[in-house]
Amino acid sequence: MFKIRKIKDKLSLKIILIIAISFNLLLIVNFILLSVKSEKIFESNSLFSLLLGGNWQPLGGEFGLKYFIAGTLFVTFLSIMLAAPLGILCSIFLAEYAPKKISVLSKSIIDIFAGIPSVVYGIWGVICIVPAVAGVAHKLFGLNITGYSLLSASVVLSIMIFPIITNIVIELIEFVPQELREVSYSLGATRWQTVKHVVIRKIYPGIIAAIILGLSRAFGETMAVMMVAGNVAAMPRNVFDPVYTLSALIANNYGEMMSIPLYDSAVMFVSLVLLVTVVLFNSIARIIIHRIMKNGIK
Amino acid sequence: MRIAEYEEIFFKVLMWLAFLLMAGTLLFIIGTIALKGIPAMNWDMVTKSAKGGFYLGKEGGVLHAIAGSFCIAGGAGIISIFISVPLVIFLNVYLNKKSVFSSVTRFFMEILTGVPSIVIGTICFTFMMYIGMRASLLGGIIAITILITPVMCRSLDEIASQVPEELMTATFALGSTKYEAGFIVFFRQIVPGIVSSFLLAFGRGIGDAAAVLFTAGFTDNMPSSLFEPVASLSLAIFFQLEMPIEAVRQRAYASALILTFIILIISILSRMIAARYRKFKV
Amino acid sequence: MIDNGHITIKNLNVYYGKEHALKDVSIAIPDKKITAIIGPSGCGKSTLLKSMNRLVDCMDNVRYTGKIFVDGEDMLDPEVEVIHLRKKMGLLLQKPYPLPMSIFDNIAYGPRIHGIKKKKELTEIVEHYLKEVALWDEVKNRLNSPASMLSIGQQQRLCLARGLAVKPEVILCDEPTSSLDPISSQHIERKFIELKNDYTIILVTHVLRQAKKLADYVIFMYLGELIEHGPAEQLFNDPQHELTKGYIKGVFT
Repeated sequence: MFKIRKIKDKLSLKIILIIAISFNLLLIVNFILLSVKSEKIFESNSLFSLLLGGNWQPLGGEFGLKYFIAGTLFVTFLSIMLAAPLGILCSIFLAEYAPKKISVLSKSIIDIFAGIPSVVYGIWGVICIVPAVAGVAHKLFGLNITGYSLLSASVVLSIMIFPIITNIVIELIEFVPQELREVSYSLGATRWQTVKHVVIRKIYPGIIAAIILGLSRAFGETMAVMMVAGNVAAMPRNVFDPVYTLSALIANNYGEMMSIPLYDSAVMFVSLVLLVTVVLFNSIARIIIHRIMKNGIK
Repeated sequence: MRIAEYEEIFFKVLMWLAFLLMAGTLLFIIGTIALKGIPAMNWDMVTKSAKGGFYLGKEGGVLHAIAGSFCIAGGAGIISIFISVPLVIFLNVYLNKKSVFSSVTRFFMEILTGVPSIVIGTICFTFMMYIGMRASLLGGIIAITILITPVMCRSLDEIASQVPEELMTATFALGSTKYEAGFIVFFRQIVPGIVSSFLLAFGRGIGDAAAVLFTAGFTDNMPSSLFEPVASLSLAIFFQLEMPIEAVRQRAYASALILTFIILIISILSRMIAARYRKFKV
Repeated sequence: MIDNGHITIKNLNVYYGKEHALKDVSIAIPDKKITAIIGPSGCGKSTLLKSMNRLVDCMDNVRYTGKIFVDGEDMLDPEVEVIHLRKKMGLLLQKPYPLPMSIFDNIAYGPRIHGIKKKKELTEIVEHYLKEVALWDEVKNRLNSPASMLSIGQQQRLCLARGLAVKPEVILCDEPTSSLDPISSQHIERKFIELKNDYTIILVTHVLRQAKKLADYVIFMYLGELIEHGPAEQLFNDPQHELTKGYIKGVFT
């Protein structure tokens, strides 16, 4: 009897270990796979020409990613500019000011936001945001555009990353000990002074981390952006110009590239760029957050 | 003093505006999907597969895509259970709280959750090419499994961390092996957590489009075999919306309504289970 | 002596949701004395203390009735300006909670929000109050390092200095030595005896020894009710109420 129990125990440990180790290796395997696949592109192109070249003609052997990188950066940056202030204000409101009922309800609402699929955001963008952007551009600037633009993509994307930022900032604010607030109040500070000088100061690095996590989500988001960004590989002159992002580039080219090894390798390289950037951003942000949570207990 | 008061009021107003904007936007999104989707909706949409040639036909419905999505996300969800449950038990019962391996694994979980689905899609596709597999239900399941397993692990790990430590100490004190403590006692404690994190992961999987774009393919038929291409609701929306034909676009609106409805139901269900669990927890 | 106290509480009731945390408490706190509030845990000591500067407002689901007069102004009147009243009440908590900023800024925080902006003036204030709590010599060379670098005992003295820097009239202390080592506790206790010449000190404590050592006036509470109050000697040597007798003898804690 005891023997059987022992065997079971040992066997289970072995199986779990295999699962756990392969789980941990997954990321590394992905990285190696993409690296190996994108190696070929470097036989004929330098890293420099890939990242800064402005010419994307796969059939002619030209793989300049400049406009795609620019498009991704513009979309990411603009969406963060929209989402971060809103998200931070909203989380301060929900964690510090709002009546309990509103704040509990709102947290569920934010979770629902986070769960809505990217194609649904995309279809909403096509129905509402794209015509609205076209209308605004026409009325205010006299531009005749379709509305599929940098601005539309950023607006849709900002709503998608809003829950990420808000959730983390709320969690961090609630982590600040109540006593710190009491101390500040007892010195005669107003609520906002307390928030500004004490609460935000305490979690400041965490807010940066939340923004970085938002950035990395925006960086890799594909479907919704692809549906409203217009996908034209050129440098946008203003927010009403269409842009083409790296992720959309992968999605739009994947089917065709199989026949040409170099083309295949180029798309893999784009994928690698996304993976490395996102993993880097995420790691930095997570380390910051862990550090706060660990030190904050004191 | 007066400046401080004005500042307080100013920011309070700003925060209210941010909050109302957020709540308003969600209503706006759901409202738009409902307003556009309901007129385009009909019984055929959910009871029939697509008809009328290629997958953009104007007749029939999207039942094949709904079924496909459920097959992909369901299959992936079940595989994730078999990965995440042992993993979470390992982290919480077998390993010491401070062990390096567990913090490394948790760190990887967090990082993997952030990997864009398009990247997972390309990786899986490359892998499938390598072993000579074409776009199929199995491919979609593999891709979505990689996408949602970290989500499920994290959610389950959070719930598992709430199991009282004393319970485990008491179990070991009775002479249990780690296997018995983990897979009998601890497992029982986290069953509701498994259901709610499964639903969370399932919801994430059913809504994703980028990862199945190349791996699962697309078809007009109901899913029939693991090795045949399979349709998915999210891709159906995407393709239908790209069409210049109004009738097909209408179908995209209806499909979006169906998808949103499914997601909302799953999300509410998962929340209810989690809430019940919290109420009955020791 | 009891009637001339400048904090007078009349019929104070506090409810947390359905729980009746303070039951009809009426008392006058004597001026420029150390008043100890004693009683077993969960008896409403902290609630009483936190009512006195309206920190109860920050909790969920709180309702209160009654009046707390501070200098003739009713603190619990919804119309009253809380900020200005809170400034009169210094607060020292169980554990030191240094604000997440430098030692200098911790002390300067209060004066700054009350409108003192000049660097020179602030420097003088910081120096004065750090000397007041005998911390100056220990920290004068690292005023700009984070306050969390200090030891727990030093942090608590810093918190006391921070409270004094806004020139309060009353100092509210919620078991201020419970997380300190014996030597740091002594520091703080000695400081209180000096401070009572200028301030009214209200001290919540569950350490009877501390109450005996420091208090001039004692309030005994039990399950939200004020059971007995009086000058320290009288209450400790000749308690009137059975519960007080029991508590002081250590029958229950």
